[in-house]
Amino acid sequence: MKFKNLFMAGTFLAASVASSFAGTLEDVKARGILNCGVSEGVPGFSNPDASGNWAGLDSDICRAVATAIFNDANKVNFVPLASKQKILAVVTGQVDLTSRTTTWTMKRDTKEGVDFTTIVFYDGQSFMVRKSTGIADAKQLNGASICVTAGTTTELNLTDFAASNNLKIEAVVFEGKKEAVNAYKAGRCDALTTDTSQLTAFRTTMKDPAEHVILTKLISKEPLSPLVRHGDNKWKDLVTWVINGLITAEELGVTQANAVDMLKSSKNPTVQRLLGGSGDFGPYIGLEKDWMFNVISKLGNYSEIYERNLGKSTPLKMERGANALPRDGGLLYAPAFR
Amino acid sequence: MTIRSFYSFALQFMFMALVVWAIYALMVTTKANLEARDVESGFGFLSQRAGIPINVSLIDYSPSDTYGRAFLVGIINTIYTAIVVIILATIIGVLMGVAQVSGNLLITKIAETYVEILRNVPVLLILLFIYGVVLAGLPSVRLAWEFFPDGFLTQRGVYFPRPVPLKGFNLVILAMFAAVVFSVLFARWAKNKKNQTGHTLPVIRTNLVILLVIPAVVFLLAGQPLEWDAPVLRGFNFKGGMKLTPEFVALVLGLSIYRGAFIAENVRSGILAVPKGEIEAAKAIGLSPNRIIRSITLPQALRTIIPATTNDYASLVKDSSLAIAIGFADMVSIGGTMIGQNGQALEVIAIWMAVYLTINLIISVLMNLANSKFQIVER
Amino acid sequence: MTLSVFQPAPDLPPPPGQTGLWRFVREHFFKDATSSVLTVLGLLFIYSIAEPLFSWFFLDAVFVGDAKTCNQADGACWAFVGSQVKLFLFGPFPRDILWRPSLAGGLLAAVFAVTALRLVSVRYMVLLWCALVLVSYWLIGGGYGLQPVPSTKWGGLMLTLLLAVVGILFSVPIGIMLALGRRSKFGTISFLSTAIIEGTRGIPLITIIFMATILLPLFLSDGVQLGTVFRVQIGIILFSSAYIAEVVRGGLQSINRGQHEAANALGLSYWQTTGLVILPQALAKVLSPLIGRCIALLKDTTLVIVIGLLDFLGIAKAAAQNPEWLGFEAEALVFTAAVFWVMCFGLSRYGRSLEKTGAEKNH
Repeated sequence: MKFKNLFMAGTFLAASVASSFAGTLEDVKARGILNCGVSEGVPGFSNPDASGNWAGLDSDICRAVATAIFNDANKVNFVPLASKQKILAVVTGQVDLTSRTTTWTMKRDTKEGVDFTTIVFYDGQSFMVRKSTGIADAKQLNGASICVTAGTTTELNLTDFAASNNLKIEAVVFEGKKEAVNAYKAGRCDALTTDTSQLTAFRTTMKDPAEHVILTKLISKEPLSPLVRHGDNKWKDLVTWVINGLITAEELGVTQANAVDMLKSSKNPTVQRLLGGSGDFGPYIGLEKDWMFNVISKLGNYSEIYERNLGKSTPLKMERGANALPRDGGLLYAPAFR
Repeated sequence: MTIRSFYSFALQFMFMALVVWAIYALMVTTKANLEARDVESGFGFLSQRAGIPINVSLIDYSPSDTYGRAFLVGIINTIYTAIVVIILATIIGVLMGVAQVSGNLLITKIAETYVEILRNVPVLLILLFIYGVVLAGLPSVRLAWEFFPDGFLTQRGVYFPRPVPLKGFNLVILAMFAAVVFSVLFARWAKNKKNQTGHTLPVIRTNLVILLVIPAVVFLLAGQPLEWDAPVLRGFNFKGGMKLTPEFVALVLGLSIYRGAFIAENVRSGILAVPKGEIEAAKAIGLSPNRIIRSITLPQALRTIIPATTNDYASLVKDSSLAIAIGFADMVSIGGTMIGQNGQALEVIAIWMAVYLTINLIISVLMNLANSKFQIVER
Repeated sequence: MTLSVFQPAPDLPPPPGQTGLWRFVREHFFKDATSSVLTVLGLLFIYSIAEPLFSWFFLDAVFVGDAKTCNQADGACWAFVGSQVKLFLFGPFPRDILWRPSLAGGLLAAVFAVTALRLVSVRYMVLLWCALVLVSYWLIGGGYGLQPVPSTKWGGLMLTLLLAVVGILFSVPIGIMLALGRRSKFGTISFLSTAIIEGTRGIPLITIIFMATILLPLFLSDGVQLGTVFRVQIGIILFSSAYIAEVVRGGLQSINRGQHEAANALGLSYWQTTGLVILPQALAKVLSPLIGRCIALLKDTTLVIVIGLLDFLGIAKAAAQNPEWLGFEAEALVFTAAVFWVMCFGLSRYGRSLEKTGAEKNH
C-alpha cells in the first residue's frame, strides 16, 4: 500500500520537475508536427468537413507556418479550442500557436501570458437581425434579446455598447459560437452579435440567408491575430514573418503559379530575398533559405489564401475591404523585407 | 513505544513528508510556469470591473459590477436552481414511486416505463433535447400562447404576472409569520397532549386552516394591498411581469424529470421494504388506510428513502453545472466566462470547489437531521 | 373399531366473476373508485402521448430518401440517421481505415460476451480486458506498423466507448486502493485517501474536466504534452475512482471481522489477507453497484462535449448542423438516446441478474 503510494508520488514528481524553457521551434522540429489551435468551426476561417479536414484562412495560416518549418503543409495537428481555452492552451504549451479569430487586446498581450504576432484580418463587431424586423441601426435594438458567445471580446463590447447608448438589452450568453448561432436560428434572440466576418460566414449556414441582414455600422474594432506564448521571441518572430512574407508576396505579385519562375528570373532584389534567391533570411529565424518559396508554392500568397477561403468564389463572397493592401485602399501593410 | 509502532510512525512521517513535498513541487512548477509567461495570479481580479452580461440574476447586477459580484450571482443561481429542482424532483419522484406500488397495473407500468427510460439516458442529452427541440417548437413572441390570463408561453420564456405589494402588505406578511408560529405551537401542544392522554388531534387539518385563514383575513381587512403587474408585449419582447428564461426552464425541467426517476426508485424500494405483515397487522386492528400510510408505512419507508435520496440531492446539485451546455448562467458557466476573459483558471476552479463542497456539506447536514428524526428511537 | 378419517369436501369453485380474465382486470385496473379513475386517466394519457409519438416514430417516418422527402413528411427522418451512420459511429476518423475501430468494437463485444457468460476464470478476464485496452489503443491510434491517427480525429460512439471502458478499467484498481487506504490503520494514508475521495465526490464532473483540460497542463512542466482526449481521460478516471472507492468500501465493511481474524490466525500478511480473503468476497458482494457505476460513467462521458470533444452526443449535435440535412436535430438526439438507452438498460439488467445469482449463492 504505502510503497505503491510512494511510488506514485515519485513518478508524479518526476513529471513535474521545475520547468525550463526549451524553444518552441526546437520542440516543433523534434515533434515533427505543428500543434495549431483553431476554432470549433467557423466557415471561412477554420471549419472541419465531415472527415475532419480543416479549411479556412486561420487554418491556412497554420499550414503556412508548418510549411515554412517542414516544407509540408500537412504536418499540422489542428486542435479545436473552445473560447475559454484559446489563450490557456497557448500559455500551457498544449498548442504551439493559436490561429483562431482572436482579437488583439492590451490585457491579453500583457497580463495573460501570450504574445500576439501580427494582424491577419481587420474585423469589427456588428449584429445580424432578421430582415422582417426592419432594423437598420444597432441603436434600434433597445429591449431586444441578443445571442452572444461567452469569454470573448464580443461579449464585453456588447455591454459597453449598450451602456454607452443607454440601451436595455437581454444578452443571452452561450458557451460556443455554434450554440449562439443555433439559438438565434431558433428564434431565441432578435439579434446575433460577433465579428462581421463571422456573421457573414454564419449567414451562409442559414436556411434562407436572404432573410437575414448584417448591420453595416460596426461597434468595435477587432484586429485578429495569431498568438504564441509570452517570452519565446524567436518563435514569435518566425510566425510573424511567415505572415509578413505572405503579405509581401502579394505586394510583389508572387503567386503559387509563378513562384518558380520568379525565383529563377525575377530581377527584383526583394523578390529574391523573399524566395531565398539571395540573403540568409530563412536562417535568421532558424529555417531553411527557401522557407517562403515553399510556403508560397504550396499555399499561395495572402490574396490567394483570402480568395480561396473568403473571396468572391466562395459562399461567403467577402470584399477585401480593410484587408487589402494600402495601394488598394486597405490596411494590410507588412514591414520591409530586408 | 514499541519498535513496531516506531516503524509505523516513521513510515507515516516519511509518507506525509513526501506528499507535502509533492504538493510544494507542484506549486513551484505552476508558479514558475505562470511567472515565466507573465500571467497574473491571485484573487485580485475579483474586485475588477466584470463587463460580462448575465440575463438571470436574483440580486442587482449590471455588467459594470465586479467579477466578485458576478460570481456571487452565479452562486445564487446555482443554489436557486438546486432548490427548485429538489422540490420538483421530489414531487415527481414521490408521485412516480407511489404509482409503481399503487396496485393499478396500468399506472404501475406507465411509471415503470418513465423510470426505466429516464434513468438510462444521459442527463445532458435530456437537457439538449428539451432546450433544442421542445423549446424551439414554442411559439414566437408575437404568437405567444396565453396559457392562463396574463401568463404567456413563448420562445423567449414563460411570463407570469408579478405580484406588486402595496402599502399595508407588511401586515399580511406579519400575519403569515404569526400563523406559522401558531401552527408550530399548536403542533407541539397536540403532541404533548397525545403523549400524555393518548388523544390524537387533527393537527394537519387544523394547521392548514390556521395557515390559510389568518393571512387571508388580514389581507381582506387591510384592503387587499396587492396588485398584479402583467407582462405586456412592447417592442421586441414582453415587458413587466415575471419571466423565466427558456434556459432556466429547460435546465429545471430536464434535471427534475431525470432525478425524479431516481428518487421514484428510492421511494418504490422504500415502500416495498416495509414488511407486509405489519400492514396486515395494522389492517387487522382496524386502522384506516390513511392512518396505515401515515403511521406504519411512511415512517419506516422514509428510513430507507432518506439516505438514498440524500445522495440524489447531492448529485442533482452537481448536475446543475450542466447549465453551461444550454446557456444558463450558473456558477460554472459564469466562472468559465471569467476564465475566458481573464485566463485565471486556477483561482476560478478553486472557488468552484469551495462552493460545491460547502453546498454538499450543508445538504448532508440537513438530511442527517431529517434522517435522525426517522430512525428507530430506542426507549 | 373403525377409524374414520375426516374427508374434506372438495373446494367450491370461486363465485362467478372471481376467476380468469375478468378477475384479473378488476383486481388490477378497477379495484375501487380511485383505481378506476386512474385507469381511465392512464388510458387517456397513453392515447394522447403514445399515439402521436408512434406516428412520428414509425407511421409518418421516412426510412429511405433524402432531405427533400424528409421535409415533406410529417414524421421522423430516419434516412438522415442512416446517411450519417458512419459519422455517428466513428466521428471524423479517416474513412479509409474504418476497419480498425470496427475491429476494436468487435473485440470489445467479444470480451464483454466472454465476461458476461463467465467462460474463463477471473484472472484471465482481467488479462483479457487489459489486452483489449492495449489492442484498441493500437488499432485506433496507430503506430507500430499502422498509420497513426491523432486523437483530434477520434470521435463518435467509438470515443464514448473508449472513454468509458478505459475509465472503468483504470478506476477499479485505483478505487480499490483508495478504499483500502481509507480503511488503513495508518492515519496519514487514511486521511489522504478520504480527502481525495470526498473532495472528488463533492464537485461536479464538469469542473474536473475543466481542471484536466485547462489546469493539468499548468501543473506539468514543459515538454510533457498530452492530447485533450488523454487529459479528459485522466479526469474521468479520477472522478470514477472516488465513486468506485465508496462502492468497494461498502463491500469491505460488510465482511465479517472473523474473516480477518481467521486469516491473521493462519499467519497471512496484510496483503495476503486483503488480496486472497477479503477483497474477493467484498467485490463479489458489490458487483451490482459496480455495474451501476459503469452505467453512470457511460452516461457521464457525454459531458466531454462541453470542452469540444466530438463524442457520440457531440457528433449527434454536429450532424444536425449538416447543411444538406438541416432541421433534424430531434432525430439525431433521439437516435443517440436510443443507443445509450439500449447500452445502459442492458447493463442494468445484467447487474440485476448478477444480484440474483449472488443472492442465490449466499443462501
